[in-house]
Amino acid sequence: MTALKDTLNIAAPDEFYAELVALHRGLTEEQSRLVNAKLILLLANQLGDLDVLRQAMRTAREGVD
Amino acid sequence: MDQFAYPKYRYRKPPELAGGAARTYPVAVVGAGPVGLTVAIDLARRGVPVTLLDAEDTVSEGSRAICWSKRTLEIWQRLGVAAPMMEKGITWNRGRVFHRAGPLYDFDLQPEGGQQFPAFINLQQYYVEAHLCAAAAATPGLDLRWRSRVTQVAPGADSVRVMVQTPDGTYPLDCAWLVAADGVRSTVRRALGLDFAGQVFEDRFLIADVRMKADFPTERWFWFDPPFHGGKSTLLHRQADDVWRIDFQLGWDADPEEERKPGRVIPRLRAMLGEKAAFELEWTSVYTFQCRRLERFRHGRVVFAGDSAHVVSPFGARGGNGGVQDADNLAWKLAAVLRGEAPEALVDSYDAERVKAADENLRNSTRSTDFITPKNAASQAFRDAVLSLARTHPFARALVNSGRLSLPAVEEPSPLHTPDLPGAFAPAMRPGSPAANAPLADGNHAVWLLDRLDGAGFAALCFVATDDDRARAAAALAAVPRAAAVTIAPNGVAGALRDAEGLAFRRYDARPGTVYLLRPDQHVAARWRRPDAPALAAALGRALGAR
Repeated sequence: MTALKDTLNIAAPDEFYAELVALHRGLTEEQSRLVNAKLILLLANQLGDLDVLRQAMRTAREGVD
Repeated sequence: MDQFAYPKYRYRKPPELAGGAARTYPVAVVGAGPVGLTVAIDLARRGVPVTLLDAEDTVSEGSRAICWSKRTLEIWQRLGVAAPMMEKGITWNRGRVFHRAGPLYDFDLQPEGGQQFPAFINLQQYYVEAHLCAAAAATPGLDLRWRSRVTQVAPGADSVRVMVQTPDGTYPLDCAWLVAADGVRSTVRRALGLDFAGQVFEDRFLIADVRMKADFPTERWFWFDPPFHGGKSTLLHRQADDVWRIDFQLGWDADPEEERKPGRVIPRLRAMLGEKAAFELEWTSVYTFQCRRLERFRHGRVVFAGDSAHVVSPFGARGGNGGVQDADNLAWKLAAVLRGEAPEALVDSYDAERVKAADENLRNSTRSTDFITPKNAASQAFRDAVLSLARTHPFARALVNSGRLSLPAVEEPSPLHTPDLPGAFAPAMRPGSPAANAPLADGNHAVWLLDRLDGAGFAALCFVATDDDRARAAAALAAVPRAAAVTIAPNGVAGALRDAEGLAFRRYDARPGTVYLLRPDQHVAARWRRPDAPALAAALGRALGAR
């Protein structure tokens, strides 16, 4: 089983983060939620591996009660 | 406990008001802050007489800029003023980030050994200016005029006239070049009516300088949402004389006048440091973040450097250090033009290189500010997500942004540099990079590579392994007599510095035969595996602005 990557795999993390935040500029909260949901689906499809996706979902849910 | 005593520098009646004949000075610098003093000392050491004008007669009020980077220390070392800064400053390499009650992670800005200078020292701006003023006073050709306020600026085609107001009256001063290092509220910039475009961030920070005996390590500590200052951020930094810099994020609604009153500041400090902590409030200030720059830094014979040209938010220590790098970049170019060794266009490369560097600083400081002060619910959510992953998932630490600390600019692209042959070298020390330092030996003496560069002019670093290599390099270097040769060998080659630890060869990706041509500001102009004389001559011409 492929393990979820835990170390940095994004080539330019600051650029990525700035563009991620910029993506939401000027949107309402509802629009932002929709954009985020679409983004997750696109990235999930790109990843494809259900095992990895399950690990990511578990990790994202950790500590959120 | 040591405490800084503000000096009062002596005003002298200028020759213009004492019956002296009017003359045109080669360079006048406006503003004796860290940037103006650095550029003035550098110019004077290059043999250019400098008139430095300052409206006051003492140093910076309050600690203001406190973090000085390795590159800044290297520049001051070249100017002979790093030693007192190192002696008084607090050395640090490590930082720690906290979220709520606990630590998230820590980082080391300089994990590799074999370094002459630390990643940073913390030293109050008043000490920095006092040390620079002492060096300026001991520098021949540097005329530092206190209580000399520039009130008007009249730029001409090949000179600039400024009106200087003094206790004895106002006089006109003509100079071939005017360097405006007069800070964020630059009089010169206003006099020229130049637009200072950018953005103001809707947040306020309180700076409190506190004098106390405390046993925090000498590290940069940053808290997101700490229990003692709920919902906001706090930064802690140690300075000289047991003074600690504490920044509290206040939010946009805070009243700047109210928030700097001791009655408001002390309870915040008590919450952080404990009810029993003994401290003394030394200085407070409330500021907003701004990110702005001039469109161009050269306007005819007026050149802007430091905060007069660009202003960034403070997280990242990119204001003062960016300004000192401006000074480093500008001084040798003005000196070469004034000596008639280079066309005036060389000064345009200052504009090209430092506008790029300012943009990098602005970009980094804007991103830090966006992380520290999220602008909307979506960016707040991403930030909360990053912080909640960072403790256990190392990848997320790279996304936490409490300030991306100043790194020296690689001056690229630049008209002055000769590009590498494709694939010839690893990218690290590509043209535009500041020369890496390394420990070497000269006979039995331990020396540093940068200390062996000729501070006045170009240098050629020759890496050799045999006497033959050395002879071949010397033959090629005959084409560029103005570049002082520094030869480095792994072991005993006569006349070469010994790279006993191999760090110089490694840091420069060097092999026997490799030559680096370094500019007078120690930035790489060109490099070759085995250059011939015409290649060296062409690269030197290019680095002096030849077309």
